[in-house]
Amino acid sequence: MTDLTVADPPAALQRRSHVNSDLQAQRVRSAWVFLAPTLLVLALVAGWPLVRTIYFSFTNASLTNLSGAEFIGFDNYLSWITLKSGRTIFRGLLADAAWWNAVWNTLKFTIVSVSIETVLGLVVALVLNVQFPGRGFVRAAILVPWAIPTIVSAKMWAWMLNDQFGILNDILLGLGLISQKVAWTANPDTAMIAVLIVDVWKTTPFMALLILAGLQMVPGDIYEAAKIDGVHPVRVFWRVTLPLIRPALMVAVIFRMLDALRIFDLIYVLTPNNAQTKTMSVLARENLFDFDKFAYGAAASTMLFLIIAAITVLYMWFGRVNVGGER
Amino acid sequence: MTLLLKTLTICAVLGAADLAAAAELSLAANTTGKNVNFMREQLDKFEKQTGHKVNLVTMPPSSSEQFSQYRLWLAAGNKDVDVYQTDVIWAPQLADQFIDLTEAAKDVVGDHFPSIIQSQTVNGKLVALPIFTDAPALYYRKDLLEKYGKTPPKTWDELAATAKEIQDKEREAGHADIWGYVFQANAYEGLTCNALEWIKSSGGGQIVETDGSISVNNEKAAAAIERAKGWIGTIAPEGVLAYQEEESRGVWQTGKAVFMRNWPYAYALGNGGDSAVKGKFEVMPLPTASAGEQPSSTLGGWNLAVSKYSEDQQAAIELVKFLSSKEVQKQRALQLSQLPTIASLYDDPEVAAAQPFMPNWKPIFQSAVPRPSAVAKVKYNEVSSKFWSAVHNTLSGDGTAAENLELLEVDLTELKGDSW
Repeated sequence: MTDLTVADPPAALQRRSHVNSDLQAQRVRSAWVFLAPTLLVLALVAGWPLVRTIYFSFTNASLTNLSGAEFIGFDNYLSWITLKSGRTIFRGLLADAAWWNAVWNTLKFTIVSVSIETVLGLVVALVLNVQFPGRGFVRAAILVPWAIPTIVSAKMWAWMLNDQFGILNDILLGLGLISQKVAWTANPDTAMIAVLIVDVWKTTPFMALLILAGLQMVPGDIYEAAKIDGVHPVRVFWRVTLPLIRPALMVAVIFRMLDALRIFDLIYVLTPNNAQTKTMSVLARENLFDFDKFAYGAAASTMLFLIIAAITVLYMWFGRVNVGGER
Repeated sequence: MTLLLKTLTICAVLGAADLAAAAELSLAANTTGKNVNFMREQLDKFEKQTGHKVNLVTMPPSSSEQFSQYRLWLAAGNKDVDVYQTDVIWAPQLADQFIDLTEAAKDVVGDHFPSIIQSQTVNGKLVALPIFTDAPALYYRKDLLEKYGKTPPKTWDELAATAKEIQDKEREAGHADIWGYVFQANAYEGLTCNALEWIKSSGGGQIVETDGSISVNNEKAAAAIERAKGWIGTIAPEGVLAYQEEESRGVWQTGKAVFMRNWPYAYALGNGGDSAVKGKFEVMPLPTASAGEQPSSTLGGWNLAVSKYSEDQQAAIELVKFLSSKEVQKQRALQLSQLPTIASLYDDPEVAAAQPFMPNWKPIFQSAVPRPSAVAKVKYNEVSSKFWSAVHNTLSGDGTAAENLELLEVDLTELKGDSW
């Protein structure tokens, strides 16, 4: 399992540091100087809000009285009292059925949407990688859904999905695929499907773009060699293309996954307050601002952060093992 | 004549005062119907009279969304918005963030209905001044009812039967898109209003009573919600589960519904030039469970409050007094068919001529059911959210009304704790 690319630079560095350790120290210093502005901005815009949110999750803060917040320990997460009758009642986020429903909804949404987007994105990227007349135009056109702000596309789709005036019902009725108008965003069975349709439409171009970048890195002579050897194109895809674009694919998937796990705007516009599509972010916002439970919402946000962090770490860990195993 | 003189004097006084200091104000108002256009017209008048400048900050039509945006701005001590248009139920939740208007409004407060002023008074502090009040109506297609020899329904069951019959016959006659009844059943504040009307008019209480007891888990309430569930897919499109006011008005105003439950603003819009139902409809009080009972409408209405973070509070108060004045409320009644909060306007012949339904509406909103916002205080939003979720679950087939109301009672009891 010795990874050559990783093992190489430190060895090189070591050699150099023997030659001139002063220069090395100077380099490290200037590296820090150059990094400092970025680190400072990161600490301000990402670190500080995160620390504040985590802090508030251990208090009883309300939005109108943030400064009067008192420390209450883990009560927002889990607390229990034993009644005189001997029955124990659990309270807090970890005992909240609505929270676990939101976690489940988010995971379901992430897995389904990212899977579909990866497959579709791969197909689109493969098509765009082939030379054909007007390719530049098609490449630009396919990016349009991604360029539209989510709120705008969500609102646009809300009208297209409208049960009485929506064009989608009109088309499906015209084709005879449905016998009566479907209330896409209202029906509990179709609400999640509606959200998925819009998300796939919107983010497939993003996937396609990242995968296309990966495809263009694949050297053409490998394909030529495969052609000369008479390998079937499907076999070429599985044995040559896919392994070579794997790193790009992994990066694209993780970007989309992080995005999908904190999905908010699309659902907030399309199906707000609908228990079937309520995600962790929507639930956190509801508690933070709609209800008088700022601290509880902060606890939900903290849990959301931890869950996303855990999934990312797991993904990267598994991802690396696979990549290493193949080498 | 005296009114004219009074207005002139007020204008003169205001004009004189403002030459000294012209302020730039911002007013946050929602975009339901033509509210924003109307506000802009009135603000232009105000600007001419006083020399102040007023910017309009447009808010979403959903009051739930509007509220959370307000809450954020106010919690952050936002100085950019001076005057907020507020829903009747928000006074107890936002009282700390608005200034007391008691002193400034003491000369006009007596003109308004005392119950409405009362709803905007929290612990002796007048939080906001009303600009119009609201009590929903049952809209019905006069022409269709006449065509099939039907009388306007007095009970919910009559409504369902009439709606079904006309819907089926119209569909046979080739009007394939028509539905019997549209209302608001999206999971949001409006569903709380709708469901409160079903329950209250069936003798099922008003969710949380004025003494703070939780009454919602009872057989009559469950029956009322089950009855409404029976409408979905039969006389109402399944899409009502995602409809707010404007979506149901869309179906109604294009001539695709026999009945609609909506607020009075839809009256003027329905009679507008671009409306397919212009002159073909009437309004009446909402039905009840059994004949002869008092109809129950949820009390709505909008007010104006001055932010305590405003840097031009005097000018802001002037603006609030202007927009809640008799003259502007009369224009609002004439143009937007929104109910005035000033008693004398109900006897105004011009108002009665333009909006014939309005004089009859006075007893209806005076006996309207308030939502339990005064008793639940800062917890009201959560009460409302839990209530509308329970109803929405029932309507969309996730559990029976009895089951969901039983769960709701447990949730509300826990939320209440020792006291509201």
